Amino acid sequence: MIKWFRSGSPWVWLSAAAVSISILLVVTLLGLITARGLVFFWPKDVLQAEYQDLAGNNYRLIGEIQDTEEVPAARLRESGIELPGNEYSYTRYLIKTGNRDALGMDFRLVLPDFLTNIEHPPELMVVERREWGNLYGYLKEVKENGQVVAEGEAAVTELRKRLKRALELHGRIKHIEKDLIGAINYKLEQLRLEERRLELDNNDDPAKRAAITAQRAELQIEYEALQRQRNELFPQFNRDSFSAEIMDGRIIEVPLSKVVRFYFPNAMGVGGKISHYFSKLWEFVSDEPREANTEGGIFPAIFGTVMMVLLMSVLVTPAGVVAAVYLREYAKQGFVVRLIRIAVNNLAGVPSIVYGVFGLGFFVYFLGGNIDALFYPEAQPTPTFGTPGILWSSITLALLTLPVVIVATEEGLARVPRSIREGSLALGATKAETLWRTVLPMASPAMMTGLILAVARAAGEVAPLMLVGVVKLAPSLPLDGNAPYLHLDRKFMHLGFHIYDVGFQSPNVEAARPLVYATALLLVVVIIVLNLAAISIRNRLREKYRSLES
Amino acid sequence: MATPGNKSAAASLTETLLRQRTRILKDIVARYAITIGGIGVIMAVVLIFFYLLFVVVPLFKPASIEEVASYQLTPPGIGDRTLHLAMEEQAEIGVRFTHSGLVQFFFTHSGAVISEHSIPLPPDTTITSFASGAPHTAIVAFGLSDGSAILVRHVYRVTFSNNKRVITPRLDYPLGDDPLVIDTASRPLRLLAIQSNEEQTSFGAVTEDNRLLFTHFATEESFLDEDEETLVRTGTELEGFPENTRYLLIDEDQQHLYTANKDGALSIFNLSDKEQPDLDQRLPSVTEGAKITAMKLLAGGISLMIGNSDGRISQWFPVRDESGKFVFTRIRDFEAQEAPITILTPEFNRKGFLAADSSGKLGVYHATAHRTLMVEEVGKNSLNQLAIAPRANALLGEDSNGHIHFLRIENEHPEISFSSLWGKVWYESYSEPEYIWQSSSASDIFEPKLSLTPITFGTLKAAFYAMLVALPLAVLGAIFTAQFMAPRMRRIVKPTIEIMEALPTVIIGFLAGLWLAPVLETHLPGTFALLVIMPVGILLFAFVWTHLIPDAIRHKVPDSWEAALLLPVVLFLGWFSFAISPALENLLFDGNMVQWLTHEMGISFDQRNSLVVGIAMGFAVIPTIFSMAEDALFGVPKHLIRGSLALGATPWQTLTRVILLTASPGIFAAVMIGLGRAVGETMIVLMATGNTPIMDFSIFQGMRTLSANIAVEMPEAEVASTHYRVLFLAALVLFVLTFIFNTLAEVVRQRLRKKYSSL
Repeated sequence: MIKWFRSGSPWVWLSAAAVSISILLVVTLLGLITARGLVFFWPKDVLQAEYQDLAGNNYRLIGEIQDTEEVPAARLRESGIELPGNEYSYTRYLIKTGNRDALGMDFRLVLPDFLTNIEHPPELMVVERREWGNLYGYLKEVKENGQVVAEGEAAVTELRKRLKRALELHGRIKHIEKDLIGAINYKLEQLRLEERRLELDNNDDPAKRAAITAQRAELQIEYEALQRQRNELFPQFNRDSFSAEIMDGRIIEVPLSKVVRFYFPNAMGVGGKISHYFSKLWEFVSDEPREANTEGGIFPAIFGTVMMVLLMSVLVTPAGVVAAVYLREYAKQGFVVRLIRIAVNNLAGVPSIVYGVFGLGFFVYFLGGNIDALFYPEAQPTPTFGTPGILWSSITLALLTLPVVIVATEEGLARVPRSIREGSLALGATKAETLWRTVLPMASPAMMTGLILAVARAAGEVAPLMLVGVVKLAPSLPLDGNAPYLHLDRKFMHLGFHIYDVGFQSPNVEAARPLVYATALLLVVVIIVLNLAAISIRNRLREKYRSLES
Repeated sequence: MATPGNKSAAASLTETLLRQRTRILKDIVARYAITIGGIGVIMAVVLIFFYLLFVVVPLFKPASIEEVASYQLTPPGIGDRTLHLAMEEQAEIGVRFTHSGLVQFFFTHSGAVISEHSIPLPPDTTITSFASGAPHTAIVAFGLSDGSAILVRHVYRVTFSNNKRVITPRLDYPLGDDPLVIDTASRPLRLLAIQSNEEQTSFGAVTEDNRLLFTHFATEESFLDEDEETLVRTGTELEGFPENTRYLLIDEDQQHLYTANKDGALSIFNLSDKEQPDLDQRLPSVTEGAKITAMKLLAGGISLMIGNSDGRISQWFPVRDESGKFVFTRIRDFEAQEAPITILTPEFNRKGFLAADSSGKLGVYHATAHRTLMVEEVGKNSLNQLAIAPRANALLGEDSNGHIHFLRIENEHPEISFSSLWGKVWYESYSEPEYIWQSSSASDIFEPKLSLTPITFGTLKAAFYAMLVALPLAVLGAIFTAQFMAPRMRRIVKPTIEIMEALPTVIIGFLAGLWLAPVLETHLPGTFALLVIMPVGILLFAFVWTHLIPDAIRHKVPDSWEAALLLPVVLFLGWFSFAISPALENLLFDGNMVQWLTHEMGISFDQRNSLVVGIAMGFAVIPTIFSMAEDALFGVPKHLIRGSLALGATPWQTLTRVILLTASPGIFAAVMIGLGRAVGETMIVLMATGNTPIMDFSIFQGMRTLSANIAVEMPEAEVASTHYRVLFLAALVLFVLTFIFNTLAEVVRQRLRKKYSSL
């Protein structure tokens, strides 16, 4: 034994264990996110059971098991629960009972030992609503203007039919409100600014003022027409409703205008569950958030992230490549260039929040403030560019990822064999031509790698964005149908910030948690794919030059 | 025959030449464009540092003053003494109160008098004393020879006509035009003190026959009519004040009355019971032999500033001692001016003040920061009166010749000094000097506590716990991967761990805060058991594997695959530790370790604590350290290793005596880079700690780091305010910290590269 210790072999084993632990940590983390993220869309069975609570009251419990955890027995005893056995710890369910409007709370902590008569009746219905979260209960009647039109078995088909109609109406109302009226409001705001500009310029041209007034009147008429149209739709939209019996036996009535979808998870087959799964998944990536971001989709966050990353790429690629070309091809190699290289490498290690502070101070307040004063005096005191927005976010992140692109491009340039440069120059090409026709194309995969790594970093970065442009809920996307289409001054939503915000700032963290896992999974997948792409491009590149060198 | 050919040859020649020229031109253009572009980009990057510096530097600028105008008010009022000067918010209009009851409003820039008023004195009375309330209340009071007093307020109405601001001053008598009876015996009031607000008014007075009176007026609304108010007067005579009292002050909240004489004897009365104020404390001497020459309360009314004949100024406030009693304590002294202090003038909202001495010098100070911002001569003659504008941007002074001087003062950030940022500061109402970060509060008159020490401490604490987790795992893992692992396995392991580096920290932070923190809380004993069980279990397995398992089975597993072999073992040990956690908790900690910690050990426990941060952030820096350390170890020249092995050293001996020695600078560089990352990480600490700025090294408590502090407070900081600039300073500190770590790492790494290539 002592000899074994002296040989050092135990240390080798311990260091091997360090690798195993590291690998296991990665796998656990990814596995945890994947499992929790993917399971979110799967329709869980809804259970119904008799439950005896602390006070000894018996009541019916309807809901789905959201989470299970092990709780030490002592802690339960302290909270006054008389436990049946003598175990050290007990399993505890977190059951989502929904019906926040009727029951006051969404979730209950339940010990399985106190549940009796557990069953999964196929008639149990889950209704996703636009307000108050899910409803769990038994469908009773379908009503039209308060008159019962269907009961019992027939109610389901009737409900399905009428919900389809309600959803279609909802789509139309939303289109009118958001797209059409939104566009008119935008134009009205533009007119107001134009008028204010005239005022500031002391321009009393009556023709221009008249034109504005005329346009305004025209828009007003259009607006009223749309308003009328919308108001006509409302009674139709609110026509139908249904009633359901919830867990405490009460019958509650819900207008169909508040319903997103309903389903019977216990009656679903595997096929039904799969199709439900994908429809939920689609909703997740394509729809807007509901209920303070805790339900619905995350489309604006995906859109904002992609948009910001694209803008950043457009900015960072030329800047990074030019800087790298200068450092590698044009600058005189010496002490100064070495210093610059150290500085650039260092910048990659500067905390991202520092870039955020710089972006807020320099871009938003200094540059933005001056731009506003020069070009948007009519909007004062409301800031246009003097407030955080997507433009400043992408510039800040471009600065943040600049070292990544510079380092990768330089590496690529360094790998281009000397013989190729010399060959090109010997054939009479100028330096610029050599660079443009031979060196840069050969280094392009390296630039790609740099860009992909930059994009991966930017997509996951949150801290600086919290200062320079990200918000929890943006009223409109930075790209829309109103001229000039691209609104660089707008604030935007971001996947990473969405995780932070919904997970930590939301009023109902329990309800939001599954959604946060799903968002995290999406972000992780995007970033891992981007990184793998970068790695594979780098490997291909290495292979290519290996053949050239030989 | 040759001509056309020649011609075309000539044409093509010129064409070629032309093309040649454009090519060369293009080359030159490209050269300049790229050079300018390249340098531009690099400049942009350098800009970050200089911009941060640019924002931070004004914090440390001393104050400066500049005389704008000097004039004599008309009529000069021969024999009429100025009692008080004041200014309105914009510092455009000043007001002067004189001994004969004259009140003049005038333009501060020109001295032109706007209006003159006379205080309505009852017949046959004269003004015998004067007092002013807290500056922002704009209240003054005249004590009269018949034992009564008149309360006056100077108010300013701001109107806009044609986009121009017009300020109209007037006098207001909040408690009515009639004098208020202070001394029922109708003796002249020699000394007066006043504080007044909407609800109540307190007068302190010393009569000619040396009685100290406290008179309180409560303003009560009538039951019938809300607009009708009645005054309820209570008057008492106080005992136990120093002889020859010269100074009399009441604090803003009308809770204390301070009296002092020239020799430094001070008595403090507690006014919480307005009907029966009692003597709170008596200090025989507060000036150590010197004479008191000026005494004022700072904004907020807690600190008493005493200026004396040595030119020294000291700050005093009540401090709670061990028995819970408030003891009036000398907090700090300011560098002495050369001549006796004649006037002390507090600022309106900040804890700053001005001090004029008899040699004509003016000092600008800040109490909390313990900072002397400026001491300068303002005129040939010493000042009799001194007023500061509400925004602390202008001064009004009257010299001994009766000239009024209007000065601009530049003093944006007096509350910052090296000691207020990094040292222990004795804040008002605290029992001892402390390190505190508390940047904002609901009240206007608030002493900002901007010590960067607790948050820098938090940053280092978080980094320390992260390194505690990351260092052994990353370095040991790198050693194994570089030296012992099978190449095929290494090709999988290295990229897997490196991918971790790209994982957004917001995800790690979210898992740490929402998943890991509750799991660790419920399995606390298991977590600590893991620290023992894991290494012991692994060594046990290794021993069993190498000594007790028959060779036939052992040889089926190829060499250098120990790490793969250990995967299930590690998994089992981890599961086992957590599985026995409830049992351990029951056996050792009465079933609840958290409660045991708080009750038995007196250690408070946060769910989001350093342990969670250490694990989460450790996880985030493992790949950084691992990757670089592995590169350094793998790059050790192979002939060194082979030489060592050939001489009969075991692999482990080779590792510790050859490889580690050679690669140690590289490992050091890796650790530095990892440390840099841990110091600057924002999202993990933001989400996995409670973000309370405390100075406590306990593993069960959270912290607030520089980066998280910026993320939390930056969006709310007002641009160009002190708070904003201090947050920039925090960013600069982070920048410099990480820059030092990274440069150190980079220099070491470059040296190492040179060494390897020479080997």
